[in-house]
Amino acid sequence: MSGQAPAAAGGGGKFAGNILTFARLLRRTGLPVGPADVLAALQAVPWIDIGSRVQLRTALGSTLIHRHEHQDLFDQAFFLFWRDLEGGGTAADGLAGADPADSKRPPAGSRRLAEALAPPDPPKPRDESRPDTDAAMTVSDRERLRTMDFEAMSAAEIAAARLEIRRLTLPLRHRRTRRRRPDPAGRQIDLRATLRASLRQGGEILDLAASRRVMRPPPLVVLCDISGSMSRYARVLLHFLHAVANHRDRVHSFLFGTRLSNVTRALRHRDPEVAFQLVAHAVPDWSGGTRIGAALGAFNQRWARRVLAQGAVVLLVTDGLDRDGTAGLAEAMERLHKSCARLVWLNPLLRWEGFAPKSQGIRAMLPHVDAFRPVHNLASLRALVQSLSRPVTPREMDRWRIAS
Amino acid sequence: MLPASVADTASLLAAGGYVADLALATTVHLALAMRRPLFLEGEPGTGKTEIAKVLASGLNRRLVRLQCYDGMDLAAAAYEWDHARQLMAIRIAEASGAADRHALASDIYSRAFLQARPLLSAIDPDMPPAVLLIDELDRADEPFEAFLLEVLADFQLSIPEYGTVRAATPPVVVITSNRTREVHDAIRRRCLYHWVDYPDAGRERLILARKAPGTPELLSAQIVAFVQRLRGEDLFKLPGVAETIDWAAALVHLDRQELDPAAVDETLGVLLKYQDDIARVKGAEAARLLGEAGTAAAPG
Repeated sequence: MSGQAPAAAGGGGKFAGNILTFARLLRRTGLPVGPADVLAALQAVPWIDIGSRVQLRTALGSTLIHRHEHQDLFDQAFFLFWRDLEGGGTAADGLAGADPADSKRPPAGSRRLAEALAPPDPPKPRDESRPDTDAAMTVSDRERLRTMDFEAMSAAEIAAARLEIRRLTLPLRHRRTRRRRPDPAGRQIDLRATLRASLRQGGEILDLAASRRVMRPPPLVVLCDISGSMSRYARVLLHFLHAVANHRDRVHSFLFGTRLSNVTRALRHRDPEVAFQLVAHAVPDWSGGTRIGAALGAFNQRWARRVLAQGAVVLLVTDGLDRDGTAGLAEAMERLHKSCARLVWLNPLLRWEGFAPKSQGIRAMLPHVDAFRPVHNLASLRALVQSLSRPVTPREMDRWRIAS
Repeated sequence: MLPASVADTASLLAAGGYVADLALATTVHLALAMRRPLFLEGEPGTGKTEIAKVLASGLNRRLVRLQCYDGMDLAAAAYEWDHARQLMAIRIAEASGAADRHALASDIYSRAFLQARPLLSAIDPDMPPAVLLIDELDRADEPFEAFLLEVLADFQLSIPEYGTVRAATPPVVVITSNRTREVHDAIRRRCLYHWVDYPDAGRERLILARKAPGTPELLSAQIVAFVQRLRGEDLFKLPGVAETIDWAAALVHLDRQELDPAAVDETLGVLLKYQDDIARVKGAEAARLLGEAGTAAAPG
């Protein structure tokens, strides 16, 4: 892989040992550092001037981490780990006294770092519940209002959920990609395959191979409200999110109450119970208030550009009851609507037939959705799937907009 | 020849007009020395693509650019057989009475009928060494990333009908992404990762001096101070370095010697590209930022 490496291998065995220890420390904080990454770091070090902190940090950073989200945690770990090296002590000496809590407001991830830096506990079973989500965990316990307690799901329930989700057809068109697939009934002639087949007949073209364009469902982004007024549906919704995330590719899931959490990675865990544990752990604001406008604003700011490409469809699940009134709600909805291909709103508020969308939040949001899906009884996954799969009727939105 | 140290890499970049900080120079140096692809992520307009161009001219290599888009396939990215000429060759072979099937097969699947697209061109052993720029990989769809893995890991490409093409000199590979989609871990793992951030004020002024040399000293200081403050605001799309350079050029074109609120309001569209952002900054907010920037940019 590397060219001719310089002879001096970075200060000998002690230095290499420190890098290994450092990599283990990163792994304990939850960063995915693999053996290949460590090897790359060891290969990189001889090429730089180890006396320079910036060069060392860059060399280790560019080889050990692969995502911008991990940068902050890495920088803190680097600072704590290597700060005492110049002083002559070994790296491990510096770790015992490391107290990341002395700064005024500990930055995201410092709790994980503190846990990882602490002297190792007696061996215990691997902590499965540590979430690997993009949501930054913060130290403040005040914000962890209530964590959700989910009933266990039986195997039969899981199977039933999978079955239900197969029936789900979202009101969205498949997108024609520019990729092709062999298809005898296809429209385009595949010259490469035709030629290859003709060579078997000594260059005589007997049959034209054809191909067609691949159709693909667009990426799906689910923004799900988990505030107090929605808490009765939390179980159904989470089952839905989990089933969708595991059934389709390109699904991104976000939960919001007062804050926005990305739970995509947690929900991808195939075992729903583990996935729900991860989610419950990662989300600080179960059953609290709602700030739809702020949450959507945060989504627009931080995530829209990263997950809404390639014709994504947004499924917004909320009852539209906002603690903050309608501050910023209409603007955030408009921006969201303009950034995605289709915006579908599922509203489980409607428990009676004669519902009229009169609340302020609903009136602010309705003009900016492409399809409005009221659900009268969201007791089961089936009801949810049925409601979402209902075909779009023409002028349906007009009716709702007039009613509001 | 490849630079021997981080300092050499930094001066190579500087000679090409690229003002890099130490971290970027170190990563670029490692990528060159370890022969690993360089994966650059960052906001649009922070100079990711420029690095590849500067490397190509600095290392005296040809630049092979692969601009990614949704649905890009092998035929567009790596190679394509020249079917028309293949058919012709078959007809000619028939007409001249040659009927040896195997000879024909190896004939029409020879290099002469293979059209090189960027990936193949970059590792073609018969061509001079290259810098391969895979630009905006996030725009391609996920299946395309799988095509890249072989090229990135071993600098070779397997063509079923032809065989394996391997680079004589490994190309310098630069991959950029604007994060409109998360690029898969398999790609990231094979690369050296660097997040290209907005430059600090000092570096941005150096960049302006290089890229917009006609800008008066005072104006340039004010522009940088204003843009740096603007990046602290709650905007939908923050201005990148490219926007700063454009703005400086626009103000110079309008014969401005220094910034004033009217000039900012008139030219804000060069800096901000969303109406919401412009409406938020225009007027009082711009004047406030300008006031702060004025004190920061004051000489002495």
